[in-house]
Amino acid sequence: MTGLPPLFADWFASRGWSPRRHQLEMVAAGEAGRHALLVAPTGGGKTLAGFLPSLIDLAERGPRPATGPGSGVHTLYLSPLKALTTDVERNLMTPIREIGLNIHVETRTGDTKQSKRQRQRDFPPDILLTTPEQLALFCAWEGARSYFADLKCVVLDEVHAIWSGKRGDLLSLGLGRLQSFSPGMRRVGLSATIEDPDLIRGWLAPNDVAQSPSTASRSPSPPSGEETQTEPSPPRLAGRGTAGEARGGGALDTVRLVKGDPGAPAVVDVLISEGKVPWAGHTGQHAIPEVYAAIQRASLALIFVNTRWQSEFVFQQLWAINDENLPIGLHHGSLAAEQRRKIEAAMARGDLRAVVCTSTLDLGIDWGDVDLVIQMAAPKGSSRLVQRIGRANHRLDEPSRALLVPASRFEMLECQAAREAVADNAFDWEPVHIGTLDTLAQHVMGVACSEAFDMQALYDEIVGCGPYRDLTWEQFEEVVDFVATGGYALRTYDRFARIVRTQDGRWKVRNQHIAQRHRMNVGAIVSAGTLNVRVASRRGGASRQLIGGRKVGEAEEWYFEQLTPGDTFLFAGQVWAFQGITGTDALVTHANDKDPKIPSWGGSKFPLSTSLADRVRTMIHDRDHWRVLPPDVQEWLELQETRSVIPNAESMLVETFPRGSRHFLVAYPFEGNLAHTTLCMLLTRRLDRMGVGPLGFVVTDYSLAIWSIKPMDQIDLDALFQSDMLGDDLEAWLEESFMMKRSFRNCALISGLIERRQPGAEKTGRQVTFSTDLIYDVLRRHQPDHLLLKTARADAASGLLDVARLGQMLARIEGRIRHQALTRPSPFCVPVLVQIGRERVGGDAAEMILDESAELLIAEVMDDAEPGEAA
Amino acid sequence: MNAALRQTLSPARKTCGSLSVRIAGEACVLRCSGAMWIPAYGALIVADLHLEKGSAFAVRGQLLPPYDSRATLERLEAEIVDLDPAMVVLLGDSFHDTKAIPRMAADDRARLDRLAAGRDWLWLEGNHDRGALARDANAATRLPGRIVGDMVLGALRLTHEPEPLTADDDRRGEVAGHLHPAARVAAYGRGVRRPCFVTDGSRIILPAFGAFTGGLNVRDPAIADLFAAPPLAAALGRDRVHALDWTVLR
Repeated sequence: MTGLPPLFADWFASRGWSPRRHQLEMVAAGEAGRHALLVAPTGGGKTLAGFLPSLIDLAERGPRPATGPGSGVHTLYLSPLKALTTDVERNLMTPIREIGLNIHVETRTGDTKQSKRQRQRDFPPDILLTTPEQLALFCAWEGARSYFADLKCVVLDEVHAIWSGKRGDLLSLGLGRLQSFSPGMRRVGLSATIEDPDLIRGWLAPNDVAQSPSTASRSPSPPSGEETQTEPSPPRLAGRGTAGEARGGGALDTVRLVKGDPGAPAVVDVLISEGKVPWAGHTGQHAIPEVYAAIQRASLALIFVNTRWQSEFVFQQLWAINDENLPIGLHHGSLAAEQRRKIEAAMARGDLRAVVCTSTLDLGIDWGDVDLVIQMAAPKGSSRLVQRIGRANHRLDEPSRALLVPASRFEMLECQAAREAVADNAFDWEPVHIGTLDTLAQHVMGVACSEAFDMQALYDEIVGCGPYRDLTWEQFEEVVDFVATGGYALRTYDRFARIVRTQDGRWKVRNQHIAQRHRMNVGAIVSAGTLNVRVASRRGGASRQLIGGRKVGEAEEWYFEQLTPGDTFLFAGQVWAFQGITGTDALVTHANDKDPKIPSWGGSKFPLSTSLADRVRTMIHDRDHWRVLPPDVQEWLELQETRSVIPNAESMLVETFPRGSRHFLVAYPFEGNLAHTTLCMLLTRRLDRMGVGPLGFVVTDYSLAIWSIKPMDQIDLDALFQSDMLGDDLEAWLEESFMMKRSFRNCALISGLIERRQPGAEKTGRQVTFSTDLIYDVLRRHQPDHLLLKTARADAASGLLDVARLGQMLARIEGRIRHQALTRPSPFCVPVLVQIGRERVGGDAAEMILDESAELLIAEVMDDAEPGEAA
Repeated sequence: MNAALRQTLSPARKTCGSLSVRIAGEACVLRCSGAMWIPAYGALIVADLHLEKGSAFAVRGQLLPPYDSRATLERLEAEIVDLDPAMVVLLGDSFHDTKAIPRMAADDRARLDRLAAGRDWLWLEGNHDRGALARDANAATRLPGRIVGDMVLGALRLTHEPEPLTADDDRRGEVAGHLHPAARVAAYGRGVRRPCFVTDGSRIILPAFGAFTGGLNVRDPAIADLFAAPPLAAALGRDRVHALDWTVLR
């Protein structure tokens, strides 16, 4: 094995360290010019391992020319979080400074000032630390090719967090671009939690088109589409038969896998509360005093919750009993950036004892010496849990300490299962992902903004990217046509084309104005429609109108939809009174209430991983396993048996009961959140046809609840759950569903059909939602096979449904439904009833609501209609 | 409910879910499509078609589907087939921008000519299409029908943009568009938002008829301040018009 150059070896020695095996292996991979994937536990010097080959290379480099060859960026580092770039810069500067290396490192994110961005273009740093979104922007730069001509290495940190989904697609396309700018460039991925490294190796590996049969036919003049059509899509990399190929990735053996030694096993405890584990709940409120006690014993605790609203709630609860005035902070993505920076700085200074946070602090940022990780409510997946536990104690040889706080009795089971999974080192796995076409459209537009492109050459580059290896020439042509003219059968937009053909047959952006607008809209992250939360003041004068002042943060529009003026709620650690919405602002005033009227919604937004769901399901049917559970949870299971029933493993329980003004149906398939959501979509469709007026539904990983205007205990449940719903019903539902509209909206934004930002004005999610719905309706009617509709359908089917799993379940329960008509909720159904993250049902319920609102008025009119008519 | 509204809203519900109201004493039918029908004059009134809105975006590089004019005209055609009006009044902003008319696809344009044949077809000028209509006056193949400013129909005065309220209610009888009113109600923890008519029995504002037109909440002062007393919102349902009292609106 290669050793370290003396300069570096001395530095390690001066710190009293010796380089770890995986660090040396990464150096060796660098010297061999190999792509590499490093999987090592947190605290193993992973980031340094990723950079060592670059540092060594740069240290050995002579003086750097100011311009021309050799003057460009040497290493590009991409992290999924902006904040991580700053953190890594700090850590990277330590060896650079202490060894005395002349290496120039800079960060660049969406927040970087314009002057610094310009300087980075004129004088590239040696190492540039940035995000995938910035890479997408680089790809749309004029002159990107020469800027990155010297690029030797790209380091992808926390690669497990970015490789899948549309963000991963765009990143993969960006890597393909960089590889074409600098063919010798190495790709390096870093991660702590990967169940199946080959999946990511396959994604990371460039699919070497040079070795594929199709390139043999590449001629100087680009072959026309017809020619390519005659050869049915060439079997790329046929005969290699690697695992990576089978999984839709590139040639994974080109990526060297380096594994770090496992660290000390984590110490994970499940909190068994003195107070009983509640039947219901998602907040862990019952355990707050015990969590507070745990904070008192730790020097710095991170308290992870699964949603922002949950973090608000826990934060408030902790402060309510904070007799010692411990400095406890709050950190989540809705807070104004300035407020987040303050908390991060205070953590780094050691001024805080605890921070309540969401996934914003999941990834490898070291803001301080965290010695305890508390997970409030179940973690939903073992990989996420391992990642979060890794936040504590960044030293390999000492175990990380974590405390799981189940919020309900189902979660007690889940936490127990998660604990067993961590002990077994069983990570979750993700399914293979096929590159999406809306993302590709954005990339193609970006390329055209950067330089004129040849269609065949760009096609070859794109099929070299893992997720797009199976892209056909016809699909590619369709995407290019979409980028150019919108891809409409009615060819009226040819004169408005966004990209045009040059005389030599290449494609380039029509003008700089369009290029500028594209650059403002790159990225594959589409956030839900959000409103600015602003402190309101009343304008003087007769109109007494409220006007928005200081911005407290941003929050999802749907949340405010449920509030009426005067309602109080928690946000940014304070109680506010909602006053109303004007434009894109939610106006609020300080409330004197100590307790908010509207609870913090806090259902888990992460789906329970399938492997964890399986563990829980087995546990619940296995009475012998109950014995590891606390007595009150056992009691709960027994009470369910008395009040309703615990069905055997082959049957599915369905309960119906009235509650308030609504009627409920609760089923317990234990198949995970995703499959349940799909099932609810289809069930509500049938219930709509049956005329019971389904209003909405909510799912947990264990159960689902549907509520309606009319009772559901008389309906034929076998017919309701019949598996033929996966045929025409699925198709028909999808077309009309708001899921499709949501999915279409994302595709429209990512593909550039709708712009999020325009010079001078930002289109908010609020405005965008309305207009994409109108566009969806018109397009569906007049061109149902349009590229974006196809893409939206594919997204909905793969991302929002779990059809295969659902099909197996429906077959299993056929003729095995246990129906219990109850007069009140059962012990089992309580968790789903308080679960938030509800989905609305389209169909007749909207009409029924309008109707009921109108009938009040009609009735009043009818009562005194005669005198009115007579007058 | 105030006395004026009681008088406005007759309890009779017409076929196909329309709602009958009296505006300044004239019997008017509010249709699910968002059009208003005045049987006494055989007049069909629609506001804010915004034809060629899609292509207006396309000119600036945002390639929205070019099917909005077609969709809007199909809906207008359905109303014309159903009612066979003697007169069709377009309350302004029929075209999205000054250069919209020449951008129309040939078959959309032909459909427009077909719809206008055999009836009085009146284009009122709006802020969006004043220029388009003026250009059309000099075009080789002109739009069917006549271009007019405001017009009077019995007790009603048809105009594009509603005038601010005055003390002596001289806006009585005004029929206007321009504001794209939309009503929002909430129940069972969810909201429903729909385009709507707004009327207090003295004046009425029509919803936008165009396929790509958004809406403004009726509670916005721009709409609410046009009425001395809380008006009625008549929201467009799937197959009926829902009369909504001001107090249920969100």
